[in-house]
Amino acid sequence: MNILTLLVLIPVLTMIGVLFTKDYKGARLVSAIGMGVELIATVYLVLAYLAARKTGMMHEMLFTSDFIWYPSLNIHFAFGVDGIAVAMIGLTSIVIFAGIFASWELQFLTKEFFVSLILLVTAVYGFFISLDLFTMFLFYELALIPMYLLIGLWGTGPKEKSAMKLTLMLMAGSALIMVGILGLYYNSAPGGGPLTFNIIEISKINIPVAAQRFFFPFAFIGFGILGALFPFHTWSPDGHASAPTAVSMLHAGVLMKLGGYGCFRVAMFLMPQAAKEMAWIFIILTTISVVYGAFSAIWQNDLKFINAYSSVSHCGLVIFALLMMNQTAMDGAILQMISHGLMTALFFALIGMIYGRTHTRDIREMGGLMKVIPFLAVVYMIAGFASLGLPGLSGFVAEMTVFVGSFQHQDIFHRVVTVIVASSIVITAVYILKVVGMLLLGPLKDQHHAHLEDAKWYEKLSTVTLVLAVAAIGIAPLWLSDTIVASLKPIVTRLATVIPF
Amino acid sequence: MDLGQFILMRHELLLTIAALAILVAEIFTSEKNKSKIINFTLVLFALVTFIGFIPGETGNLFGGSFQSSQLTILMKNVLNLAVLIVFLQAEGWLRKPENADKISEYFILTLSTLIGMNFMISAGDFLIFYIGLETATIPIAGLAAFDKYKSQSAEAGIKLILSSALSSGILLFGLSMIYGATGSIYFADIATKVQPNALIALGFVFFVSGMGFKISLVPFHFWTADVYEGAPINVTSYLSVVSKGAAAFIFTIVLFTVFKNIVELWRPMIYALAICTMTIGNLFAMRQNNIKRFLAFSSIAQAGFILLGILGAGELGMTAIVYFVLVYVFTNLGAFGVVAAIHNASGVETISGYKGLYQTNPKLGLLMTISLFSLAGIPPIAGFFGKFFLFTAAAGSGYYILVLIAVLNATISLYYYLLVIKAIFIEKNEQPIPEFRSSNAMRIALVMCIAGVFIIGFASGIFEYIRSISKIFLN
Repeated sequence: MNILTLLVLIPVLTMIGVLFTKDYKGARLVSAIGMGVELIATVYLVLAYLAARKTGMMHEMLFTSDFIWYPSLNIHFAFGVDGIAVAMIGLTSIVIFAGIFASWELQFLTKEFFVSLILLVTAVYGFFISLDLFTMFLFYELALIPMYLLIGLWGTGPKEKSAMKLTLMLMAGSALIMVGILGLYYNSAPGGGPLTFNIIEISKINIPVAAQRFFFPFAFIGFGILGALFPFHTWSPDGHASAPTAVSMLHAGVLMKLGGYGCFRVAMFLMPQAAKEMAWIFIILTTISVVYGAFSAIWQNDLKFINAYSSVSHCGLVIFALLMMNQTAMDGAILQMISHGLMTALFFALIGMIYGRTHTRDIREMGGLMKVIPFLAVVYMIAGFASLGLPGLSGFVAEMTVFVGSFQHQDIFHRVVTVIVASSIVITAVYILKVVGMLLLGPLKDQHHAHLEDAKWYEKLSTVTLVLAVAAIGIAPLWLSDTIVASLKPIVTRLATVIPF
Repeated sequence: MDLGQFILMRHELLLTIAALAILVAEIFTSEKNKSKIINFTLVLFALVTFIGFIPGETGNLFGGSFQSSQLTILMKNVLNLAVLIVFLQAEGWLRKPENADKISEYFILTLSTLIGMNFMISAGDFLIFYIGLETATIPIAGLAAFDKYKSQSAEAGIKLILSSALSSGILLFGLSMIYGATGSIYFADIATKVQPNALIALGFVFFVSGMGFKISLVPFHFWTADVYEGAPINVTSYLSVVSKGAAAFIFTIVLFTVFKNIVELWRPMIYALAICTMTIGNLFAMRQNNIKRFLAFSSIAQAGFILLGILGAGELGMTAIVYFVLVYVFTNLGAFGVVAAIHNASGVETISGYKGLYQTNPKLGLLMTISLFSLAGIPPIAGFFGKFFLFTAAAGSGYYILVLIAVLNATISLYYYLLVIKAIFIEKNEQPIPEFRSSNAMRIALVMCIAGVFIIGFASGIFEYIRSISKIFLN
């Protein structure tokens, strides 16, 4: 059986398994085993992929399989992965594995929780392996909908309002994507012949420029909404703040990457001419995203809001780097996606664990936690350092690559925005250090916190998995970076061959 | 004339025989055993539905007045299937003591309207078309007024009969103009003679208005919400699914065959109607608390989506519509089934009354959720495919902006479907609907709906089959 089919099949079987469990212990155990197996399958996929590339398989996509689904509309189940997709699948597997353990003690409607969570993750896997716009869109919408119940049922604070806002904004985004996809479909055979939804086939022809100009904004903004593109990012702070721990992890860590991934795989890759022409508009928007998100994070007192705005800033950087359209910057964008996915998941996991102990997320009410819960505190600091770009951790590698890439542009516009965006590093340092200082260092502020228990085994497992991944990318980024660069070649070449206006 | 040819009308004949058999059975059952008619009818109609699926000959009768093709047979089968589910869902309600003396009336009236719809689908001229229309309409008023001691139900009956009579009159007026302009009532003749001139345009406007009442397109929808609310639930579901589905089929057939040469004339009209219907239906659905009114407005919005398929003229549009209605049958009857089951058990009919449903009746809550998600067009359930193909058809004619408006409307519709889902799952209730067990017939009906909702999308063969027979039909 194809390894990619297996990646979707394992979560589906896990869901069925969870349905047959009796209590919350059974549900979490089955979920953990299922996602553990998924992680092993992912490792196998990564190794198989690297081995295949080493033996000189030069196809754009590997492990492809293709089943005709709707012959008359030329809709296929077409699967395949390149280095970027493999990297994203790796990210997903790590985050969901950590997420299961981060929600180990959840006891309210546990079965339903794990089924919804794994349904969401199934859709994410499906999205990353799809080569057909129809199935890609199907999985994209499928990934959005469990969020409503996950936030509405298990969330905190104004959860119903946040859940509704998030769902509706993202569904409005998918409305735009739908128009973009139909536009691509009907323009996929300008010289006659059968229309197609297949990304690889569409990338081999040139969509008429007029059509590109019309449909590019639909596809790009549609995916951009999920990637927290300013001014469509407002769902993100509310949604992430209200969501339960594992959902915040998965949503900020993985789901927002669907947006960035879709932006380049669908919008930019298939409509390069329009992408070149309109890039400047979106570069300005993402510049605002990056700086504004970082500034907003400074003024927040709720840990989850800080991290949510920080996500807006970091995800803005992803799209910013993608729009630079050269190899280094786009490589940085993918690295940033993975790096941000891991560290934001780590942050949300830690915030959930701290909240579970102190019952507050307000940084003004906590202090000196380093003395009481040293393990969690140290991990929090590591996550913070990764976020502000300390060398040796993943954030540095990603951000450095992005800025080197974007500064390669010679013109004044690109250089100015690069300088502005790079300033966000300083702002990030401000809020990260502020939180670390107030939350972890200094004297103990609230005496009720004096006897908190440090991390339990499942919490350690959850956080250590993520920390290891963050450190691995920071210390040995080259193998990942090389894989990405090799897969970026067709995209970069395609973007380079069109003439900018 | 060879009597063997009448086999072409087998759906209509079978339904007539079934209706008469129920009438005879009614005579031969004693007062005490009236409820046995329910079982008899269910078995009989299941048989009729099954026989309908046996492939048979196609062709014309009465010099082209009655046309039968694979596509029309499929449409009739879809309607039969829908009516079977409605009957199964009505079983528990009909067994109530207050309905004991009018069981067979329910079945006979329903089957009469179904016969009318079948004749409309197969009509080859406007005479058969109009007779079918009247047969399909008048008994429904009786059905709407079925709860004779409820003033709301009587009001629904009166509203329905008055607006139907008015719309039939308008439609007939339009047909007379078309007859005046072309000199024929045969579809085939009109199709060749029709010209985009003033008289035809006027006649066509009246025709669309009349049909608009039947499909409840905005601005001809005013009767819908009151009638849906007043009528008994199992009549409402019939109105909302079977009656509307049939009207959509017929409207599409007439536009695609009779008026295919004046596409430029009717496309802008349908375009405007589609936008109004989707948007107004959605905006009103948001504010409802009565679940029947809610589903009424949601079904108005769904009718707006069907118009997108009409704009995507050609076989793809035809396919998309038939497919969408097929999906809609299972989806909407799933939702109505849950509403009926809850109403039978507890009398609750409001969205706020559904709070906490998942705690007490998780299966029904889940079923309602899946049905509503399917109505909203969420993958991987059938509603997604139905909507996607309608939008694909419209985009194929270049209506991208309309598609955008439609998808945004689908997002709005998701908002109010989520409100119901929120009530079911999230909101707390002091006195939730107590746990109950529905009757076996209801369970079978709900399982059929849920199976349909899950299978239709993945089984691409259904879509491909509809497409192949649509191609034959339109050539």
